[in-house]
Amino acid sequence: MRDRPLSVLWLQSGGCGGCTMSLLCAESPDLLTVLEAANIRLLWHPSLSEETGAEAVALFDRILSGAEPLDVLCVEGSLLRGPNGTGRFHVLAGTGRPTIDWVRALAAMAGHVVAVGTCAAYGGITAAGENITDACGLQYDGARRGGALGGEFRTRSGLPVINVAGCPTHPNWVTETLMLLAEDTLASGDLDVYQRPRFYADHLVHHGCPRNEYYEYKASAEKPSDLGCLMEHMGCLGTQAHADCNTRLWNGEGSCTRGGYACINCTAPGFEEPGHPFQQTPKFAGIPIGLPTDMPKAWFVALASLAKAATPERVRRNAAADRIVVPPTVRNTNKS
Amino acid sequence: MPQNTGTEDTKRRLIVGPFNRVEGDLEVRLEIADGAVSAAYVNSPLFRGFERILEGRDPLDALVVAPRICGICSVSQSHAAALALAGIQGLTVPRNGLLATNLMTATENIADHLTHFHLFFMPDFARSAYADRPWFDRAEARFKAAQGTSVRRAMAARTELFHILGLMGGKWPHTLTLQPGGVARAVDARDRVRLLAIVGAFRRFLETSLFGAPLDAVLDLAAPEDLDRWRTAGPEGDFRLFLEIAEDLELPRLGRAYDHFLSHGAYPSPDGGHLYRRGVFADGRDAAYDPGEVAEHHRFSRMAGQDRPHAPFVGSTVPDGTDEEGYTWCKAPRLSGRPFETGAIARQLIDGHPLVRALVARDGANVHSRVVARLLEKARTTRAMEQWLRGLDLAGPWCVQGGMPDTAQSIGLTEAARGALGHWLRVEHGRIAGYQIIAPTTWNFSPRDLDGVPGPLEQALVGAPVRPGEASPLSVQHIVRSFDPCMVCTVH
Repeated sequence: MRDRPLSVLWLQSGGCGGCTMSLLCAESPDLLTVLEAANIRLLWHPSLSEETGAEAVALFDRILSGAEPLDVLCVEGSLLRGPNGTGRFHVLAGTGRPTIDWVRALAAMAGHVVAVGTCAAYGGITAAGENITDACGLQYDGARRGGALGGEFRTRSGLPVINVAGCPTHPNWVTETLMLLAEDTLASGDLDVYQRPRFYADHLVHHGCPRNEYYEYKASAEKPSDLGCLMEHMGCLGTQAHADCNTRLWNGEGSCTRGGYACINCTAPGFEEPGHPFQQTPKFAGIPIGLPTDMPKAWFVALASLAKAATPERVRRNAAADRIVVPPTVRNTNKS
Repeated sequence: MPQNTGTEDTKRRLIVGPFNRVEGDLEVRLEIADGAVSAAYVNSPLFRGFERILEGRDPLDALVVAPRICGICSVSQSHAAALALAGIQGLTVPRNGLLATNLMTATENIADHLTHFHLFFMPDFARSAYADRPWFDRAEARFKAAQGTSVRRAMAARTELFHILGLMGGKWPHTLTLQPGGVARAVDARDRVRLLAIVGAFRRFLETSLFGAPLDAVLDLAAPEDLDRWRTAGPEGDFRLFLEIAEDLELPRLGRAYDHFLSHGAYPSPDGGHLYRRGVFADGRDAAYDPGEVAEHHRFSRMAGQDRPHAPFVGSTVPDGTDEEGYTWCKAPRLSGRPFETGAIARQLIDGHPLVRALVARDGANVHSRVVARLLEKARTTRAMEQWLRGLDLAGPWCVQGGMPDTAQSIGLTEAARGALGHWLRVEHGRIAGYQIIAPTTWNFSPRDLDGVPGPLEQALVGAPVRPGEASPLSVQHIVRSFDPCMVCTVH
């Protein structure tokens, strides 16, 4: 057992604040109860803390001087290196100092550094397009190691940056990461190749997707509000996206594919530039270019054409409707 | 930069930041003379460049990119994008699509009002500086930041309310359910009663915790005297506590700006018009809103083009990191050349809410009336959600389709919790050629314009009392937070 609560400082940089907004939706139990139960103490959080202005800056200074021990630095939002390497596209209010400099200094004092969201992990949406702000992640610049802290960065704990990627993050990806850190049971082997906690990144969004029967038969949605599989035409990357969205669920009973739209693989570096319109599946000779993870192409083509031929009428018709128009047949199970 | 010309005793300057319990990063520079703010300069210190990220993309990509401008106004950003695209595609959203969209934007807006009141605004009254006030013990017990009983109850109610967006939109924030032609997910009979139960639970929270009275009693409030009665003899809810605090601290005298108001109109009705009317109110009169009269000034923004106003359809976003005259990344939108305030108070005033009309006629928009307008709106919108759910036609369509023209332009106008949000979209050669966004806090927290006229917050801060030795003056915090600023939307 720890002799004092796990201390957490949360900074927001070049992002939308959506990961915090999502975090506040934690439930069963709620955020504040989770933190109390796991002996986690928020030193300061932009949305929750009383301290503002000079009081907050005084806390940062105490951490830098070593007077206030910092166990976990959580950073939300991408790190802005521009313009011209100055970092001045985001100066931390009241300090005159670029936020990227604050983050580098504070990270050096932290037991662990957690990138909350794809922006802080890899650059994310802020790094999209021509990336005029020169946005990057804490330890990645897209899929390339590097970023604001550099590829070789390790915290006092010996771990690299923990990338709780997602746009936004599920509240419990964050709380569970913090709980594991509080009991000191998150090791480097618990992170995947992009340093995402494997407890959620070893799953695919496809797992538990309620459109699975449509997927099996390649009975596809062709327009928004159709019930069919979103992979063939609507840009869905759920068979390739690393996350447990369809088994964990969001805001009660939600997920992207349950909400009627494609998974855009938001936990992956570079998701913001898929190279095609987000809601359209790129194809070559009629076959989607992005195949399901770990599936050989020849098998996919063979199975897809066989499955299409075998599609039950019910599945085919429901796939192109916004409600179930043909229910599954009810079999009489009584032997009489 | 203004120079400090006064003596140490009577004049000083303060830079306040990081300004937390607002969405995003904010810095306010104050000049103080004789115990009050004499001038204020508002700095939005983060630039991300979403308008540039959108340029060159497939137009429908805006549905993915725009919501990610903001984690707290995400559905509103999504809605503005969908409206602009619907305009370009010439689509008319079917009745169900419209009502489902209203339910989703309303959920976010009500939740944001809740987040504002309980998490951002009220905790300032639980600060030890107020320990000598008669209401302090109750304020501290209920609203101590991240601890108070009402703070925790509100977080739980907010979480439950967002189940509406889990069910209808897959998740919150950053749903892709809102499409130009309607919604990508139909609501069935079971969904509808489940959604009614969630709204019903939220109504119960409002009635037992926030107001302590049936919603109808809140909806009946029509005159300042009704509000006075609620303060002196009303039910023991958080609303009454706020009214007591406001009276004791004279909040109606704090934070008045220009009393020019703008609303894009919220929640379109299937029969035309909006639940909360579109329009402007200035110089004591109602008028129609003409988006053609909107222009952005860059005079004190760190942006190219400082010498002239920019109409949004031909606007530009070219940041200049070396600029010394600009003091913020925020542009200064002006309507017919004048600054305007937007938000719940503008919506309810322009819609003709009798109590809000009377409060503004008496003391203008101020810390008290802005917060009252938000609380009244919470009650009105909750009731509207119940009506929309009952008005769904489960057998009807939810979404229509349409092609994308090669060249077109359109505006998407909606209301986020914080006020008027507009997307000015221009498509050329089938790609986004221009995308200019003016968000509510761009209006409210704009810098000085070409004529040197301060933005609404800059004006509202003038005269705010500052106690000796205060580093982050409490009056300034109340005024700033009374606008419920969203800084990530402001600059985008």
